[in-house]
Amino acid sequence: MSKIGVFVCHCGENISATVDCAKVAETAGNYDGVAFSVDYKYMCSDPGQNLIKSAIKEKGLTGVVVASCSPRMHEPTFRKACAEAGLNPFMCEMANLREHCSWVHEKGEATTEKAIDLVRILVEKVKYNHSLNEIKVPVTKTALVIGGGIAGIQASLDIANTGHKVILIEKDPSIGGHMSQLSETFPTLDCSQCILTPRMVEVAQHPNITLYTYAELESLEGFIGNFKAKIRRKSKSIDEKLCTGCGQCTTKCPVKKIPSEFNEGLGKRTAIYVPFPQAVPNKPVIDRINCTYYIKGKCKVCEIVCPTKAIRFDQEDQIMEVEVGAIVIATGFTVKQPDFFPEYGYGKYPDVITGLQFERLASASGPTLGEIRRPSDDKVPEKIVFLACAGSRDPAKGIPYCSKICCMYIAKHAMLYQHKVHGGKSYVFYMDIRAGGKQYEEFVRRAIEDDGVNYVRGRVSRIYEKNGKLIVNGVDTLLNAMPVEIEADMVVLATAGIANEGAEELAQKLHISYDPYKFFAEAHPKLKPVETNTAGIFLAGACQAPRDIPESVAMASGAAVKVAGLFSQDELTREPIIAVVNRQAPPVYSSCVGCFLCVSACPYQAIEKEEIKNRNGELIKLIAKVNPGLCQGCGTCVAFCRTKSIDIQGYTHEQMYTEVMALLNEY
Amino acid sequence: MAEFEPKIVAFVCNWCTYAGADLTGTSRIKYASNVRIIRFPCTGRIDYMLLLKAFDEGADGIIVSGCHPNDCHYTSGNFHARRRWIMFRSLCDFTGINTERIKFSWVSAAEGAKWAAIVNATVTSIRELGPYTEYKKVAKYPEKEVTHG
Amino acid sequence: MTLGFYPGCSLKGSSREYSESVLAVSKAFDINLEEIKDWNCCGATAAHNMNKELSLALPARILSLAEKQGLTEIVVPCAACYSRLTVTKHELSKDATLKAAVTEANGLEYTGSVSVLNIVQFLDKYITPNLENRVVKPFDHKVACYYGCLLVRPHEILKFDREEDPQSLDVLMLKAGATPIDWAFKTECCGAGLSVSRTSSVGRLSGKIIGDAKDRGAVAVIVACPMCHSNLDMRRDAINSYLGEKIDIPVLYITQAIGLALGLDRKALGLQRHFVKVTV
Repeated sequence: MSKIGVFVCHCGENISATVDCAKVAETAGNYDGVAFSVDYKYMCSDPGQNLIKSAIKEKGLTGVVVASCSPRMHEPTFRKACAEAGLNPFMCEMANLREHCSWVHEKGEATTEKAIDLVRILVEKVKYNHSLNEIKVPVTKTALVIGGGIAGIQASLDIANTGHKVILIEKDPSIGGHMSQLSETFPTLDCSQCILTPRMVEVAQHPNITLYTYAELESLEGFIGNFKAKIRRKSKSIDEKLCTGCGQCTTKCPVKKIPSEFNEGLGKRTAIYVPFPQAVPNKPVIDRINCTYYIKGKCKVCEIVCPTKAIRFDQEDQIMEVEVGAIVIATGFTVKQPDFFPEYGYGKYPDVITGLQFERLASASGPTLGEIRRPSDDKVPEKIVFLACAGSRDPAKGIPYCSKICCMYIAKHAMLYQHKVHGGKSYVFYMDIRAGGKQYEEFVRRAIEDDGVNYVRGRVSRIYEKNGKLIVNGVDTLLNAMPVEIEADMVVLATAGIANEGAEELAQKLHISYDPYKFFAEAHPKLKPVETNTAGIFLAGACQAPRDIPESVAMASGAAVKVAGLFSQDELTREPIIAVVNRQAPPVYSSCVGCFLCVSACPYQAIEKEEIKNRNGELIKLIAKVNPGLCQGCGTCVAFCRTKSIDIQGYTHEQMYTEVMALLNEY
Repeated sequence: MAEFEPKIVAFVCNWCTYAGADLTGTSRIKYASNVRIIRFPCTGRIDYMLLLKAFDEGADGIIVSGCHPNDCHYTSGNFHARRRWIMFRSLCDFTGINTERIKFSWVSAAEGAKWAAIVNATVTSIRELGPYTEYKKVAKYPEKEVTHG
Repeated sequence: MTLGFYPGCSLKGSSREYSESVLAVSKAFDINLEEIKDWNCCGATAAHNMNKELSLALPARILSLAEKQGLTEIVVPCAACYSRLTVTKHELSKDATLKAAVTEANGLEYTGSVSVLNIVQFLDKYITPNLENRVVKPFDHKVACYYGCLLVRPHEILKFDREEDPQSLDVLMLKAGATPIDWAFKTECCGAGLSVSRTSSVGRLSGKIIGDAKDRGAVAVIVACPMCHSNLDMRRDAINSYLGEKIDIPVLYITQAIGLALGLDRKALGLQRHFVKVTV
């Protein structure tokens, strides 16, 4: 038999002004199973809490209903008080007499009646409450950071500096990402490499960071605090311990005409290569697709010239398993590729290039050593056209969103061009100038006013080549939609920033969601920008949406703080409001019939399949099982379950039906 | 004769509508007292058999309310609830349950005034419909045989 | 084999040679094109700017008649007719109210079962598989394939070729032995309906097309639309006066070029009807 205590609070006069609290307490005292009922001026005050505690002890209460304010306000307070008196905190429920009753209704009998109903509902519910224990989950205090661009670098360093271990994996041979390709950065025009490379070196030398380049995530299992990740370390075909990075092999490699990824195809590299001179680690890998030895079975020049005998042609990919407690995804973005713009001739005309290619032309470490020379004939372009929104904000191209960074980098490109090519003429075709950011608008104004960049508001319909010139057909919408034709020497497309190829597969491996454009989805657009909807997995940088450097870095530091917060505890404590699948004695084992509708309902991939086997190891039954580490307690599975085999603690079928019936029996 | 006071049960999620109703309180916006809120973690948790149970037990009207689409605390629970509601509504139409007695809406944690408006509107419309005595005729449940769903 | 045939007004008037060459090529492959009886105007180019229901009722009537005649596939060589018929099918398939209104207006049943083929789709489906074997006089010239606006747009509805830099005519001409040039004017505007009202605009717009084709060494322009043809061919004086030079490269319908490659009679292909003499 339940012994329930009902504690009706006046909240000063907040409740008692419109509700007859004494009558509520008196009525509740007459309910079956109520052993104690009292009203008091301030239940949350020390004497009020002591009233509850002593009643629990003296009357041996099995459940408590506090009728006061919203549980969103004081539920933790009263549950804690119950726990201190030795009652399981989850045996305490609250009836909301203030926000939902006394404050919103006039004084009168109806309001007191409502208060009584609200108390009765909870009195009946609490009879079906069960003692629950908080869930404790151990934490592996190592973080996995996926992606070694600026976001991944920042996140790794920030986590490592809090004293926790970090494993950083990068799919390319060097960390650095897109930022290492950039010439100067807006709005300060400081050299990208100059600010980035020290960070890259710091990563390589940090005692808490283990760096694996040329490595990708193979698979992931587990949950917050307890992930197991398999990492594929792609074969570099060299022994990294022996290699000193002397560069003999890359100098002597006979295959020299491979378009360099780092230079966006504008420069060449060898088959054994270091992507760029400041690469970290500064050791080469062999590109097996282009290496003569792997194609024809002979060459081995690199092996001959290597002074430390570090070349390993027979090296194989390694699969490595690591245990980590949290993951930061910082895989970045890419730009739209050729043949996406037949009307602009990208991929057809060598002098129509992307913004990222222009970065390489403008970069002192680039193929032209920082001189702006067009790819087709190495001439300095006298007239250059920049196209903003090449693909972006264009639903017909499938990219209705704004790529965000282009307005700024185009202003920067035009500015760099004007600085480097004196007397050159530059044009920018734009839809709108979106320069929201510290010093951003001023930067664009500088390009227009100080450097004389011609901004034309309108779009370009077509670009074609004629007599060695690129004819750009556009429109100036500020001049009454007048057609504009420019004979340019070079055209730079601000191609839309899009999700990486393979983003979808990665998201599926990680069980995180992604938006229609395959950018990873944050848990809440405002309040949880770096969390994903899988606990313990965080986002940083442009894998979530197009982001500039300051934003990527800020996000990375945000994600790092989340990881550090997680790692500050030895065990994670969670409210036990989670779903459970019932278990029964053999031969039924569970009323679950294994339809797994719940699996499709669960937004957290928290439901697994459990095999029930007999002593001989033969499968008897396949039923659902909730992983308490992943379940967030929404209860969607409960409403899906056709056999009512899954239930959610704190909001069970029994409790909810009881509430409905208790309410209406006397309503 | 006194005006008919309908019994209205509100099934709401903890994160948006419950908090929205709290805001109605802290804003001291007055509304009709004929509603009793039952708190769920998420509208996705609401088994619609509970709605039938409420009618069976004598409710005259029902409000189901949760987070706006895309704002669900659990990402997608409200979408499940909405989809289920579409199915449930046709089932109601088929079986003769008057769907005008069920108000399905979204109230966010910031929409205290909206909550008051929805309650008032529901009370008015249910008052016009009168007591829901037809349900017992439609359902013809054997007395008290069905309890927990 | 028999297919339905919707010529439309142009093919009975200013571009009879298009009709002649379509029929000649079909005949060479033993395909009988059966004209839809009692056909009417497709509503291009004006109806859809005036009255949506009317603009759909006109093509719907044509499609209903085709259904009544037992045709399942109709060949529509004119790009404007093709566009109107296809758009109508699309609109009526997604709006039952509109479909009912149109059916009532026409007093004819409409199910939307007839499939509409533009000239390239027709050639691809019935001619191309055997084309290379049948070529007797390869059309061994540099040609500029010009698609105009209506053949590939709007892409969401037509779902034919690609909107920018289409390829289907180029592929056909390659099979007929020609060398298609790579150029940027495939879908630029020829001046279209301004042909009569603003000839100078047509001269400028079509002039850019013809000028670029010539600059890139094309000796013929290949088209699949009567309107494109009349602007590029009939308005050559206006074009030449815009360009300030005399350009005499002829404009051929795709079926004329293929007919020549098949060795068909020049007169049967209607080549004598052009303003710019066909010398290729």
